[in-house]
Amino acid sequence: METATENKLSPKDYASEMEVKWCPGCGDYSILKQVQTVFPDLGVPKENFAFISGIGCSSRFTYYMDTYGMHSIHGRAAAIASGVKAANPDLSVWIVSGDGDALSIGGNHFIHLMRKNFDVNYLVFNNQIYSLTKGQYSPTSERGKVTKSSPYGSIEEPFNPSELALGAKASFVARTLDRDPKHMQAVLKRAHAHKGTSFVEVYQNCPVFNDTAFFAFSDKETKKEEAILVEHGKPLIFGNNEEKGIKFEGLNPVIVTIKESGISPNDLWIHDEKDKTKANILSRFFDTTQHDDEFPRPFGIIYANERPIYDENLVAQIDTVKLKKGKTSLNKILSGEKTWSIN
Amino acid sequence: METVEKKAGKTTEVREADRVVVRFSGDSGDGMQLTGMQFSDTAALLGNDISTFPDYPSEIRAPIGTVAGVSGFQVHFGSKEIFTSGDEYDVLVAMNAAALKVDLPKLKKGGFIIANTAGFDKKNLGLAQYPEGVNPLEDESLTNYTVLQVDVTRLTKEALADSGLGTKEIERSKNMFVLGVLFWMFDKPLDHTLKFIEEKFAKKPEIALANEKTLKAGWIYGENTEIFNTQFKVSAAKLPAGEYRSITGNHATAIGLLAAAEKSGLPLFLGSYPITPATDILHELSKYKANGVKTLQAEDEIAGICSAIGASYAGNLAITTTSGPGMALKTEALGLATMLEIPLVVVNVQRGGPSTGLPTKTEQSDLLMAMHGRHGEAPLPVIAASSPSDCFDMAYEACRIAIEHMTPVILLTDGYIANGSEPWLFPTEDKLAKISVKFLDTPNGENNVLLPYKRNENLVRPWIKPGTKGLEHRIGGLEKQNETGNVSYDAKNHETMTRLRAAKIEKIADFIPLAKPDSGKEKAKVLVLGWGSTAGSIKMVVREMIDEGADVAHVHLKYINPFPKNLGELLKGYEKVLIPEMNCGQLLQLIRAKYMVPAIGFSKVQGLPFTTAELKEKIKDLL
Repeated sequence: METATENKLSPKDYASEMEVKWCPGCGDYSILKQVQTVFPDLGVPKENFAFISGIGCSSRFTYYMDTYGMHSIHGRAAAIASGVKAANPDLSVWIVSGDGDALSIGGNHFIHLMRKNFDVNYLVFNNQIYSLTKGQYSPTSERGKVTKSSPYGSIEEPFNPSELALGAKASFVARTLDRDPKHMQAVLKRAHAHKGTSFVEVYQNCPVFNDTAFFAFSDKETKKEEAILVEHGKPLIFGNNEEKGIKFEGLNPVIVTIKESGISPNDLWIHDEKDKTKANILSRFFDTTQHDDEFPRPFGIIYANERPIYDENLVAQIDTVKLKKGKTSLNKILSGEKTWSIN
Repeated sequence: METVEKKAGKTTEVREADRVVVRFSGDSGDGMQLTGMQFSDTAALLGNDISTFPDYPSEIRAPIGTVAGVSGFQVHFGSKEIFTSGDEYDVLVAMNAAALKVDLPKLKKGGFIIANTAGFDKKNLGLAQYPEGVNPLEDESLTNYTVLQVDVTRLTKEALADSGLGTKEIERSKNMFVLGVLFWMFDKPLDHTLKFIEEKFAKKPEIALANEKTLKAGWIYGENTEIFNTQFKVSAAKLPAGEYRSITGNHATAIGLLAAAEKSGLPLFLGSYPITPATDILHELSKYKANGVKTLQAEDEIAGICSAIGASYAGNLAITTTSGPGMALKTEALGLATMLEIPLVVVNVQRGGPSTGLPTKTEQSDLLMAMHGRHGEAPLPVIAASSPSDCFDMAYEACRIAIEHMTPVILLTDGYIANGSEPWLFPTEDKLAKISVKFLDTPNGENNVLLPYKRNENLVRPWIKPGTKGLEHRIGGLEKQNETGNVSYDAKNHETMTRLRAAKIEKIADFIPLAKPDSGKEKAKVLVLGWGSTAGSIKMVVREMIDEGADVAHVHLKYINPFPKNLGELLKGYEKVLIPEMNCGQLLQLIRAKYMVPAIGFSKVQGLPFTTAELKEKIKDLL
């Protein structure tokens, strides 16, 4: 399908002529830059990229990429992308969406795209706020969030996007952060390489309506305590001095201090991307354990395990039936099986 | 019914008839649809013209024996041309008391009732809510009819006594007994149904044998029993010469779409969510995988149309099929397709509304939604099929217009023609109109610049597939700058684009047939102007009235937006314009608004087609 281009392009070749119009300091700039940076390395001819976005600040992304792109309607990017990919599986299809677009108005398409496992990449820029409509709580805003539409605090429980994606049978679930370019680039490359729906949640700062929401995970003073980078085959270790680890006690994850407890890194939870049970627990670190505040937020590939792909199977089924039954000629379609003559 | 003759042995009267209507009526589980179809197919194969009308409840299995669970199948067949499924029936098959209760009102006086007496026991009479102690088969209430009482249940059991089958399977065969009786009554051979049974139950020979035995037992019962002393002879109709097949509207729609894909050379994509009464189109197209057809059963109606928009963007001939409630859900995406200016066919098999309404009953009440059901100024071509086989032509036309004019097209059919069937003088491949497709593969502007919204002489923009080297560009729902397609909020540009989009649709009038009378002349006292599935009833009535000397004509609209260019002129030739519709006057509004003619509406919203009698009465009032 996707073949290497003859002359390697540069990130600039992926920038459209359109002036970028996000607010100064918006996390979207970083995401755009990282995408443009990795694209020349993906081995896909430029004309085979198609971006499909919905509505929201994030969805303007499409206009800034010099690829094929459709800026569609609110919440429907995933449904449109499913048709694009089904019609032409050779395209590398990227869905760009936000927390409101993907998880609120587009929630149904989000879960069914994961379930059907189209081979597309789904980037959700999560800033935990509605920005284009100027600041209302979103389905990922925390309970108690004070916004223009919740002046006394939101009374809603937020979605945990990675948990939702896993529940919808996503075959690839990752989390990254606008303020960690290298990490994001690595995640984007993995998302592209994964066959099946690759769901990437990007924590993205909205400097106007929800500033600093994720800074704890990127600021030098706090990030080592608050964030944990998960890597396949490596133990779960975090802390200012990498002194803390996570291990299982029965089915519950617990935080241990490595040296104090005489535990070696080998006794800790070793991250296994293909382990759905562990991925489920990992995805819920920050909102369902009894120690919400203590557990660090995981970043990286939480789950990646390939399984049958919708668009591949659609084509394979057509090929199988073609071989078995053969094409029906148009004249045969028109006449059907039973005809009679009138003279 | 004309001549009478006697047969040897048992005294049987043989009546010649031009046209006969039979109504099969029973419980939802009694197999009436299948029985009716078999009877109809046999009649068609023998050269009768036919029109069928399946009329069933929306509950799959409503409580057995109740009025709510009655499922009917009506077939009108004859030696003359048949345009409707018939106002009233000559023969009513009533498998139980509820069926009789529901369908008796439309049985002709003097008509035949074939009643399954087992369905008139105390329990069934109670379920049908006849008063305690009342059995219509035993009192005087049916004296105006010829009642033939047959204990179908018992006779079927007897026929299958040594079949080794259980009670349930035996019960299921009883529709075949009735069919056998009917075949005897109408002097039709069993061959077609025997072959059907053999094929359908190829893997269950014991069931095949049981059905075959029961069918034959029914025929023999008719032949030997004294109570059956009338046979009908309906000769073959004088239809135009050629090869025929039987077809329902939904089936015709499906193969119309297939044919357009084959003729245009485009892969066919259907994004659809199951909904009554449109689902059969999805079923049918799903069978054609070997022809490369991609069907995607979407998670909802919105995903149905959105996946189709995606597929069209990627260069497929993309379709979405639905009915009223689904149409409502698709409106926002239709606006997107209008803005993108990409080909898309939306088939709305109308049903009674609003809301869930009457899911299995017919109506023409989505016309104004098709015309205007989008926010913003978003005109679209709207076309409508007028009979089951016409669904083929109009589905094909919808594709042609969508592709050649880069626009979403709404095709309206309805439950009546979608499920109804008729003989079809089907075309061969070479008779189908050409559909030209051209994808842009090099920049179309000066200095090698791509202009995605640069229009040709018909105001049509180019279709550009992702994957085409050098033509990378962005499109979307935001207003576009003329020609470049770049996002533009410029006030004057928005007006320019709004008017260009509308003019593009108006221009389609140059590429559709002119309106002309289907019956009658271009000048008359009364014009009956119809659209969609009312065609059969109107045609039948108007032709009959013309034969009787009435100054009346019939024009049937298949193209509603844009209207045929000459429609305004044509309407001026008539003193009065009558518009019968199965809605509260929707085409009426459009015609009055556009042509300022004082057209008169005649509306019916009962989930049922017009009867020829009620139409005739209305037309007479205007003459």
